[in-house]
Amino acid sequence: MIRRILAVAMIEATITRRNRWLLMATVIMVLFAVALTLAGSAPTGTLGVNMLTVSVASMTTLSVYLAPLLALMMAFDSIAGEAERGGLGLLLSYPVSRAEILLGKFVAHLSALAFAMIVGFGVAGGLAAVQGGVDAASLVALVRLILTSILLGAAFLALGYMLSALAGSATGAAGLSAGLWMVFVVLYDLGLLGAVVFDAGGWFTQTLFPWALAANPADAFRLWNVAASDGVAMATGLSGAASALPDWVAPTSLLLWPVLALLLARYFFERLEP
Amino acid sequence: MGEIVLNIENAGKSRAALQVLDGVSLNAATGQRIALLGHNGAGKSTLMKAVLGLTPLSAGRISVAGSAPGSAAARAATAYLPEAVAFHKSLTGREQLTLFARLADCPVAQVAGYLDRVGLSEAADRRIGTYSKGMRQRLGLAQVLLGRPKLALLDEPTSGLDPISRHELYAIIDEMAELGTAVLIASHTLTEVEARTDRIAILRAGRLVADDTLENLTLRAGLPTRLRIRANGDAAGRIVDATGGTRVNGMSVDLLCAPERKMTELRRLSAMGDVVADIEMHPPRLEDLYRHYSTGENH
Repeated sequence: MIRRILAVAMIEATITRRNRWLLMATVIMVLFAVALTLAGSAPTGTLGVNMLTVSVASMTTLSVYLAPLLALMMAFDSIAGEAERGGLGLLLSYPVSRAEILLGKFVAHLSALAFAMIVGFGVAGGLAAVQGGVDAASLVALVRLILTSILLGAAFLALGYMLSALAGSATGAAGLSAGLWMVFVVLYDLGLLGAVVFDAGGWFTQTLFPWALAANPADAFRLWNVAASDGVAMATGLSGAASALPDWVAPTSLLLWPVLALLLARYFFERLEP
Repeated sequence: MGEIVLNIENAGKSRAALQVLDGVSLNAATGQRIALLGHNGAGKSTLMKAVLGLTPLSAGRISVAGSAPGSAAARAATAYLPEAVAFHKSLTGREQLTLFARLADCPVAQVAGYLDRVGLSEAADRRIGTYSKGMRQRLGLAQVLLGRPKLALLDEPTSGLDPISRHELYAIIDEMAELGTAVLIASHTLTEVEARTDRIAILRAGRLVADDTLENLTLRAGLPTRLRIRANGDAAGRIVDATGGTRVNGMSVDLLCAPERKMTELRRLSAMGDVVADIEMHPPRLEDLYRHYSTGENH
C-alpha cells in the first residue's frame, strides 16, 4: 500500500515540478511575505514588540488568504482533469485503490506547499529578524505560523480533491473551488461579523460566536496563531475571540479539518465513474 | 482451448431509460483474439468498463480470471488500453511507464525492454507532450504488455494509426496471444481486425448479435456473390434473358447468386460460349458482412 502511494506521489511531484507549480507557489510566497514584512515594520515601536513578531502577525493574515488559494489551485484539476483526459480509467485498471491515488497526490502536493511555505515565511522571517531583532518567543511564533499554514493548506488540498471528484469537469471544479475559497475565507467572516453587529453583545456574541469562528479552518488557523502568542495577538487585534475559547479548540479544529476533508474527498471519489 | 479468462453472463446495464447493454454473454479463453465490433454507442466501451469494474452492471455477472471485476486480483490480471488515451504531457514516456510498472508490481528494470518492443526507446526520455498520436498509442500498448496480463482489453487500438503502425500493433497483439493473453479488441470497422482475430463478436444497440469465426459468420449470413458478366458485342440482352440478371451498362450484366449456386451459374455461363467475354467474381466484402449483422438489414 505504502509502495503504491509513494509511486503515485513521485509522479505527482515530478508533474508539480515540471509544470512550474512548485516554483510559482514558492515565488508567490516569498514575494508576498517579504513585501508584508517590509511594509509592516512601522508599528514596531508603538506596540513594543520586535519586528519578527509584527512580521509573523502580518504573515498570519496573508496566509489565511494565500494558503487556501494555492492549495485549491493545485488540487482542483487533479481528479476531474485526469478523468477528462481518460487517464483515470487507465490508472484505475491497475491494482491501486482510489484511497491510495488520493493519498499519493496529497503527499506530493502537500510537500510542494510545505516547501513554498517554509521558504517564503523563512526568508521573510529571517529578513525581519536581521533588521529588527529576534527573541525565542517570536521564533516559536514563526515556526508555529509555518506549521499551521501547512495544516491549513492540507485542509484545502483535500477540499479541492473533493470538489474535483464532485464537479465532473476541470472547469466546473475550478468554479467550485473559487466559490469555496470565497465562502471560507471571505463570506463566512462577513456573515459572522454581521451577526455580531446585529446581536449587539448578546448571547450569540458571548457564547456561539467564538465556536462558530473556530469551526472554519481559516479562522481556526488565525485563532491558533493569535491565542498562542501575546505579541501576535496584540498586533492583530483578534485577542477577544481567542481568549473566549479553551486553548484546545482552534488546534483541534485545524487538525481535524484535513482528515475530515480527505474522508469526504475519498467518499466522492469512490462514487465517480470515469 | 485454454482456460476461460473472461466470462460474461447475461450482462445488462441501463442508464436512465436507455438499455446500454442487454443480456450480453461472452467468453474469452487464454490465447484467443476476439474482435468486439459495433457502431459508436453500441455498448463496446461500456462492456469494457464493466469488465474493468469501473461501471457497475444492473444485471448479470462478469468474472475475470475467477474474480469479480475491479477486485485486486482481477485488476492484476487485466490490462487496458483506453480509446485515445492522453497521458500527462509533462512526463516522459519512461516515467509514465515506470509508474505503471510500480503499480503493476512488475520489475522497473523491464521498462526499457517494453519501450524498445514498441519502438519508443529513442523517445523514452522525451516528454509525452512532444509525441505524435501514433507514439502515444504505442506507449499505451507498452503498458498493456507490462506484467504479462491474462486478459487485455483494447478499445479502438488502431484509431489514428498509419498502416505500418497498425501492422506493428497487430504483430504485438499476435505475440501477446501466443504467450497466452486473451485479447479483446473493440473496433467499429471490421476491415481493421479481419484476419487478425479468432472470433468476431458484434454488438448492436447493447445486444450481442453475433459471436463466431469469420468463416461461420460468412456462411450463416448467406450473402450473395456478385458475378459481373461482360458480353461480347451486343449479346448483353441475351445474357439477361438467359440468367435473369440486371443490365448495368451496354456491355455488362450483374448476377447475384447464393454461395452454393455459384458453380452452377458459372457452368451455365461457360456453356453459352462466345457470348460471354469475361466474368468478374465479387464475394461479399467484410463491410457487407458487418453491415448485415450490425444493422440487421438484408441485401
